[in-house]
Amino acid sequence: MTAFGRSFVVSCVRAWPWLVVLALTALLLMQRAAYPHIIAYPDAWTLPIAEAVNVVMDGIVAGAQGVTRAISGGLNVVFSGVQFFLTGAPWVVSVCLFALIAWQGGGWRLAALTVALLFYVLISGYWIPAMNTLSLVLVALPLSVLIGFGIGYLGYRSERARRIIMPMLDLMQTIPAFAYLIPILLLFGFGPVVGLIASVVFAVPPMVRNTILGFQRIPPAVLESARMSGCSRPQQFVWAEFPSAMPQMLIGVNQTTMAALSMVIIAAIIGGFEDIGWEVLSAMRKAQFGHSLLAGIVIVILAILLDRVSSAYAARQLPGASHVGLSLRRFALVLGAALGVAAVAALLLPALWVWPETRVFFPAQVINQATTDFLLAYGDVMAALKNSVQFYVLLPVKLGFERAIVPFTWGITFTPGMKTTYWIVTLICAAAAFGLNRWKTGVAILVMAGFFYFGATGLPWASVFLLITLVAFQVGGRRLALLAAGTVIYLLINGLWPQAMLSVYLCFVAVLMCIFFGGLIGIWAASSDTVSGIIRPINDMLQTLPQFVLLIPALMLFQVGDFTALLAIIAYAIVPMIRYTEHGLRSVPGTLIDAGLSCGCSSWQLFWQVRLPQSLPQILIGINQTVLYGLGMLVIAALVGTTGLGQAIYVALGEANAGAGLVAGLGMALIAMTADRILQAVIRKQN
Amino acid sequence: MTNQAVPKLSVRDLWKVYGPNPKRLVSGDFRNMTLAEQLDHVRSQEHFVAAADVSFDVYEGQIFVIMGLSGSGKSTVLRAISRLDEPTCGQVFLDDTDLLAAASRELIEIRRHKMGMVFQSFGLLPHLDVVQNVAFPLKAQRRPRSERRAHARKMIELVGLKGKETAYPHELSGGQQQRVGIARSLAVEPELWFLDEPFSALDPLIRAQMQDEFLRLQTQLNKTIVFVTHDFLEALKLADKICIMKDGEIVQIGSPAEIVLHPADDYVREFIGDVPLANVLRAEDVMSPPWKDGETHPSVARDSILEDAIKLFDEKTETVDVTDNDGSVLGSLHPLEVIRSLYHDAPEANS
Ligand SMILES: Nc1ncnc2c1ncn2[C@@H]1O[C@H](COP(=O)(O)OP(=O)(O)OP(=O)(O)O)[C@@H](O)[C@H]1O
Ligand SMILES: [Mg+2]
Repeated sequence: MTAFGRSFVVSCVRAWPWLVVLALTALLLMQRAAYPHIIAYPDAWTLPIAEAVNVVMDGIVAGAQGVTRAISGGLNVVFSGVQFFLTGAPWVVSVCLFALIAWQGGGWRLAALTVALLFYVLISGYWIPAMNTLSLVLVALPLSVLIGFGIGYLGYRSERARRIIMPMLDLMQTIPAFAYLIPILLLFGFGPVVGLIASVVFAVPPMVRNTILGFQRIPPAVLESARMSGCSRPQQFVWAEFPSAMPQMLIGVNQTTMAALSMVIIAAIIGGFEDIGWEVLSAMRKAQFGHSLLAGIVIVILAILLDRVSSAYAARQLPGASHVGLSLRRFALVLGAALGVAAVAALLLPALWVWPETRVFFPAQVINQATTDFLLAYGDVMAALKNSVQFYVLLPVKLGFERAIVPFTWGITFTPGMKTTYWIVTLICAAAAFGLNRWKTGVAILVMAGFFYFGATGLPWASVFLLITLVAFQVGGRRLALLAAGTVIYLLINGLWPQAMLSVYLCFVAVLMCIFFGGLIGIWAASSDTVSGIIRPINDMLQTLPQFVLLIPALMLFQVGDFTALLAIIAYAIVPMIRYTEHGLRSVPGTLIDAGLSCGCSSWQLFWQVRLPQSLPQILIGINQTVLYGLGMLVIAALVGTTGLGQAIYVALGEANAGAGLVAGLGMALIAMTADRILQAVIRKQN
Repeated sequence: MTNQAVPKLSVRDLWKVYGPNPKRLVSGDFRNMTLAEQLDHVRSQEHFVAAADVSFDVYEGQIFVIMGLSGSGKSTVLRAISRLDEPTCGQVFLDDTDLLAAASRELIEIRRHKMGMVFQSFGLLPHLDVVQNVAFPLKAQRRPRSERRAHARKMIELVGLKGKETAYPHELSGGQQQRVGIARSLAVEPELWFLDEPFSALDPLIRAQMQDEFLRLQTQLNKTIVFVTHDFLEALKLADKICIMKDGEIVQIGSPAEIVLHPADDYVREFIGDVPLANVLRAEDVMSPPWKDGETHPSVARDSILEDAIKLFDEKTETVDVTDNDGSVLGSLHPLEVIRSLYHDAPEANS
């Protein structure tokens, strides 16, 4: 027997569970014409879980309404106060206030930036909606920070509490925000308070995480030296623990701020409140892209300001900060004086109180016209781009070559001869891989070939179940396999299978593109400081923006549809891929590179044999993050007309159907967690 | 100077056992067992003995060094005495107070006024500058701000950090950070001074310099000191008494010369192996009774190291006198005895 033959047999033995599942899949696919339920999970086998949730929810709402309505009433009072001040105060006073707060945190440059950006808001005429949004954030923020700090400190002090808190955080951050808007809506009634509460819920986890981290990272000797200095327990907390954990907690405050803003914008979807998110959304619905873009810029400005100011306060706490600002008492005095002067000025000059209409510059029509002109001029190029991605990438993944290759799309017919050739080539490749002792590659070739042939929506659910469980088992053992199997079963019995596969399809394509393009950009950025310098602020920007805003330009150019959603998802999810690739490549130790060079590697060899393998763990982390970001953005992309779980949640929101929304939301969370845990297991195996 | 009659710090039968339920193990008739039985009893029940039956006395003004390999339980003992970790059982007396019986209120008072501690990793508060760090224990005592700052400045000057008052810990070198740690531990003018490997994180040159300064400080301050180190040479250089530990048990307690000249077992002998004895032993450690042959001999002070004494021998000189501070002759050195002692062979008639 030849070496090839021996390896082939060994590979077959190693891969036996896979071969069994694949054979079973082949069998199922041959029978699918006779039994349609092989592809479509039978309705009769679903359970009315969503309905049950609704019944429970109704019970809770009926029972807790007194309390919840009281809470929302209380919050409403606080919120109205802040809103009354921010929208009613003369704009000079507000601009002064924000500029001084910015100065105290970050010095003159930040103050100047603040003033400049706020003037854009004034000029655009979106001052009032922007202030409405800001009041929501400013009320949500202290609540999230306090609650997050409380929970985080509890988690730090008690191991048992931490074991409950950590998985809750995972869940809260993976369940799409839309899904828990519904129960909040039912519990707390309509109005801006719903957005407020939702953003408190959404913004708590980063604060909890950073609080726990901050306290855990205090060097033990610091605490012990405080004890040996004769500190009582409260003194130790106030003078040693809390200040030592402060820098990390302020990073938490920064993240919490951004999360709160993001959620306040998303919650605009409930409507009924004139905030900036609503301006964008309603403009988008009316296809007024100029309006939505101009309002979107206001959101961007709010995001930049909140981010810069809160991170400036965080940086100021670090040892060696360049700017420290005034002491609190002096600052209060200066603030009072400045605001007083501004108020008097506003009383004397009405134009300083309300920004005059005549000074509003609102070029929406110009933008609309420019977009139309652009589309007229380059419409065919854009259409060609859109169509080629749709025909050659999206459709094959969704429907498979089998159904995607038709004369209308590819200009050819997928003849039986071609199909046969396709499978023969596949089998030869797989057999070759087996013979070369690479059974994993062989199995991957077979699975991928099948996936592209039949498409995400054309696979037998039983095979998907078996394959995913098998992957999970092989990379992570029994518990991971249980999670994966549980996820698939959950989706099946809730009747969410078709939607889930649509979500997976879109996310899969987006992630592949992110890995490809993000990887390339990351490699480029790692090799050139100039590129890195250009890419970094763009990445920062894409990450701090509320995800919602990314939809606007994609929508302007490509209208509703999967392609638009794809672009928006990529724009958001590509960031970690770029970052981790660059970071991974850049942190390859210099000695290794020198060693490679001294062995006579060409730069090409150096890349493939030294740098890439060395940075693989980092790149895998990047891929993991990209998957999570992609799934997160998917739900928001439902706003531009994708189908799938995101849409299911979105529809449930429209109907205030808590059960359907929660069940679909949990499905999304389960998919995200399964993907995350499998990838993490792969990463662990790599190390 | 030192009051040899009553120990300042007295540790009795101190145990520290890690495991699921250490308290239960040391109750009942544990007291009546022999040490070997006790160790068996604890170890057989999946518990770990970090300190076993530790007893020693430290007298006022003495530098008591606990020495041993990593993991031998040195820090455990120190942390049990200072009650950073609660010992499993035993007694620790500071003068007449039993520290282990002190209620937490009382313990805080003792720490505020009677104890100072220096940590291997410094443990400076990152958000406070040098003055604030040094004044921190005084802040815990709620002393007025101006008073504690003035006092802190004095301490800073004492450890030679003048000019660095407003620096933050991250702006200081390791040696400087440890000086801050030392100044802070001295700020309350403690009676008991604990140091847990204070110089281990520093490079050799700075370490030697800090050791010298530590000795200088001690001549000025005359504290009662428990000093932990894993560096035998450091122990020899600093200690009045050395306590050698192994696997949680005390192997030997004695003055540097006693340890070097009469090691209790092979474990201790290992340490002595490559110690340059001429630098460690002092004239008084190896002298024999005064040799009175009517001639005058060259003389050395009682606490000068042998290396200096050896230089005085030549063809004509076969005897060197050892003198006290007031010049009276305490004993004499002879070449043969000196050579023997350098080869770990102690003179018989050493008193
Ligand atoms: N919390 C704990 N739980 C279990 N075992 C512990 C604990 N703390 C310390 N030990 C064990 O007690 C033993 C003595 O530790 P200790 O810190 O006293 O050593 P050490 O002599 O100070 O060593 P080093 O020179 O490394 O500081 C070690 O073996 C350690 O593993
Ligand atoms: Mg130690």
